[in-house]
Amino acid sequence: MGTLYLTATHVIFVENVSETHKETWILHSQISSIEKQATTVTGCPLLIRCKNFQIIQLIIPQERDCHDVYISLIRLARPVKYEELYCFSFNPKLDKEEREQGWKLVGLNEEYNRMGVPNNYWQISDVNRDYQVCDSYPTEVYVPKSATAHIIVGSSKFRSRRRFPALSYYCKDNNASICRSSQPLSGFSARCLEDEQMLQAIRKANPGSNFIYVVDTRPKINAMANRAAGKGYENEDNYSNIKFQFIGIENIHVMRSSLQKMLEVCELKSPSMSDFLWGLENSGWLKHIKAIMDAGIFIAKAVAEEGVSVLVHCSDGWDRTAQVCSVASLLLDPFYRTIKGFMVSKYGYLDGDPKEISPVIDQFIECVWQLMEQFPCAFEFNERFLIHIQHHIYSCQFGNFLCNGQKERRELKIQERTYSLWAHLWKNRANYMNPLYREDHSQTQGTLLPQTAPCNFLYK
Amino acid sequence: MEFAELIKTPRADNVILHRPFYPAVEGTLCLTGHHLILSSRRQDNAEELWLLHSNIDSIEKRFVGSLGTIIIKCKDLRIIQLDIPGMEECLNIASSIEALSTLDSVTLMYPFFYRPMFEVVEDGWHSFLPEREFELLSSVTNEWRLSYVNKEFSVCPSYPPAVTVPKSIDDEALRRVATFRHGGRFPVLSYYHKKNGMVMMRSSQPLTGTNGRRCKEDSALINATLRAGKRGYIIDTRSLNVAQQARAKGGGFEQEVQYPQWRRIHKSVERYNILQESLIKLVEACNDQSHNMDRWLSKLEASNWLTHVKEILTAACLAGQCIDREGASVLVHGTEGTDSTLQITSLAQIILDPRCRTIRGFEALVEREWLQAGHPFRLRCAQSAYSNSKQKWESPVFFLFLDCVWQILRQFPCSFEFNEHFLIMLFEHAYASQFGTFLGNNESERCKLKLSQKTMSLWSWVNQPEELRKFKNPLFEANSLVIWPSVAPQSLQLWEGVFLRWNRSSKFLDEAYEEMNNIIEYNKELQAKVNALRRQLAELETDDGMQENS
Repeated sequence: MGTLYLTATHVIFVENVSETHKETWILHSQISSIEKQATTVTGCPLLIRCKNFQIIQLIIPQERDCHDVYISLIRLARPVKYEELYCFSFNPKLDKEEREQGWKLVGLNEEYNRMGVPNNYWQISDVNRDYQVCDSYPTEVYVPKSATAHIIVGSSKFRSRRRFPALSYYCKDNNASICRSSQPLSGFSARCLEDEQMLQAIRKANPGSNFIYVVDTRPKINAMANRAAGKGYENEDNYSNIKFQFIGIENIHVMRSSLQKMLEVCELKSPSMSDFLWGLENSGWLKHIKAIMDAGIFIAKAVAEEGVSVLVHCSDGWDRTAQVCSVASLLLDPFYRTIKGFMVSKYGYLDGDPKEISPVIDQFIECVWQLMEQFPCAFEFNERFLIHIQHHIYSCQFGNFLCNGQKERRELKIQERTYSLWAHLWKNRANYMNPLYREDHSQTQGTLLPQTAPCNFLYK
Repeated sequence: MEFAELIKTPRADNVILHRPFYPAVEGTLCLTGHHLILSSRRQDNAEELWLLHSNIDSIEKRFVGSLGTIIIKCKDLRIIQLDIPGMEECLNIASSIEALSTLDSVTLMYPFFYRPMFEVVEDGWHSFLPEREFELLSSVTNEWRLSYVNKEFSVCPSYPPAVTVPKSIDDEALRRVATFRHGGRFPVLSYYHKKNGMVMMRSSQPLTGTNGRRCKEDSALINATLRAGKRGYIIDTRSLNVAQQARAKGGGFEQEVQYPQWRRIHKSVERYNILQESLIKLVEACNDQSHNMDRWLSKLEASNWLTHVKEILTAACLAGQCIDREGASVLVHGTEGTDSTLQITSLAQIILDPRCRTIRGFEALVEREWLQAGHPFRLRCAQSAYSNSKQKWESPVFFLFLDCVWQILRQFPCSFEFNEHFLIMLFEHAYASQFGTFLGNNESERCKLKLSQKTMSLWSWVNQPEELRKFKNPLFEANSLVIWPSVAPQSLQLWEGVFLRWNRSSKFLDEAYEEMNNIIEYNKELQAKVNALRRQLAELETDDGMQENS
């Protein structure tokens, strides 16, 4: 029993218990859905489901009040303008310098330098300096040395949303690389010389191999259907020296439904073991996790064991591509298994619309968690770190995950008006350390190759 | 000795051994009366394989040309393959193995021939005698006595010679009660809850039959455990239907009329024969290499193994709640009182009694509630998951109990003095062992076989400090809590340490465990240093003080 408060940013429930006055705070941005349930003798129940999977049930005595709260929450939980988001009003009382420093903690260019680029094979191109070539890419992109501005521009015209192949991960030990793009606008028979040259350039940037893999993370059916819309995938006949591979990971709609089903299973009251296992299998959630993991392993093996470069794309090169490349780099490079490194990897890959509910993040985080369970000594951070990141991706308390790309972020002046999550986490990093982690431990070195037989995926 | 007759080919060269996690190795295969041994051609003639025949569940033979392959499926769930050149040799070896692994007579088993390589400091056969347990009991209560009515095993063939019963009940009454209970298993004390003086008793089903037979000594016996004006609970591990049907065969349940002070709860726990099928299906699912995620969870579900785990844990929690929360005494029984009954009474003690979570306490628990209580180990552990036998006596009842203990251990990692390896070790030895502890179906048989004189006890070996070290849980912090495990499906996991043990390497998890051990050891060292420095400081301060005063 207690009092409910609604502020501009939070729902707050304060318990009436005299000594403790325990408070429960929920950010509006954390609210995933609100349900008005049937009125009972005790009052009108309102069920709030949060994006961090917390579920709160409020029983409000008066119908009228309940309805008011319901309407208000619906409006508050769906901000119309960016400015309504919490991150623009969140004030942790840091001064301007501290805020700036916070944003500088994690930088894309430092990361590329750490990987060893630019170098003889890879260069920075400023062809996109005014976001003219691709408005969802940053102003500086890393491309193969032999990719001229002409090739880049030509390739971008042949790619969905102009997202041409660009460097995502570079392995300095063997020059193999992972590049990302979106799908080619090949339709049934279209070709583009510059795009073909672009892929050649990627191949040439790795003298140790005479072909590259092109990985399409969509199921074959979906990719083929896209051809009817003038898009599609690379034809091995047209692109010399590529080996094409489908790794079917379902699209966002399938994933959303999968997540929904799984949450329903978790919400069951007193389920039997059978109900639970059946429900879990029905949701297909773990199957998708395995698919993402398998894809990541394929790419990691290609780079680390075969020394072959990989180009990865899905439809628009956002969600599945990002997930799979992130998993691959986590497997390949111990740096990303440190706290700093993990923050960097998220920074580089997250371009998405947080106003859309997408389970992409949740899946990626679950993949990381599964890896942590199989390799308990290999990660510098612990489970709490992952949970807090997931929480804040939806909380919109920090500005890191807004917007679709660097251009929008600059336009909205994110760095000047909001605070960086990474700085916040870094300050508290003592809470996130994994005590079993040792930098010189054998488990932390080199590539991780997890077991992907179904029995190895835990549910918890 | 008949062994020589059973061994057609004692030795074969150029045999290739395939086993999990190691590359294939070539060597010489030897068959002894009790073991299958493969020594490799490496410099040190190391033994790559030293397998007890009694650990073998079943074998398969395959032939490709003149190369024969024997696939050996073990009770500890390992699968081993031997490639033997020469069809005749292969056939001979296969039939020898079959004969040696299906010996009928207990006295031919390895524990009767085993000579220990270690010095026996403590004789495990005498570590956990009923007298000792009773001594501990009498230090907290004097309402009970140790009865020797069964010392010739004539009253109840599956009970030990000494049992704990209420003081007010004499041996004559016990004899009568024994005629009223299935197999003579009259109610005896299983556990005394120090916190509130409540007790848990166990028995088998009452033989009420269709005529509603009664026995006033039986009611008197269990009523003697009740406090004035308080009620007790009878937990029947059969559903009401099954309990009612049992009457047609002479069994039944306690009628309310005869037992007005007792409330009967039916908490259905699966019968032992169903468990065996469950295990077989589960192991099949785990060995399925097809990597198809779609079917894994439904196969896991179809085996029902985790459902059984949930059932038993729930029943044990129920018993625990009656005793600890309701402050009532409890009587547990099923049909024979030798399977599900024991699972529940022993698990309830893990929940209620911190002593059972220590190593010695757990060993005492296994001795009391399983070995001496007459769980038919020889029948139940004759075969495991790869059984191809048609008999219906085998069942992983004890194994399931260990799984449940593991679930609780996982949920309360700091509350147990022992670790997972300890439980896995017990699982292995229950099925095949060089020690005599798990031989025989009850104390009567063990006496007749003179096991305590002719074989070594498992406890003698385990309790040596060098061995115990491997089984100690570094996170253990002694507490006096009652611990309530969660039985929600999400909380119950597949026991990978046993079921996936041979399917995937535990290297990384082992490394993590070692790392954890190192951290804790290091912590202890530092703590010791701090203590020493503090003492030094204190001494110096008093020295200074003394100097100032002098």
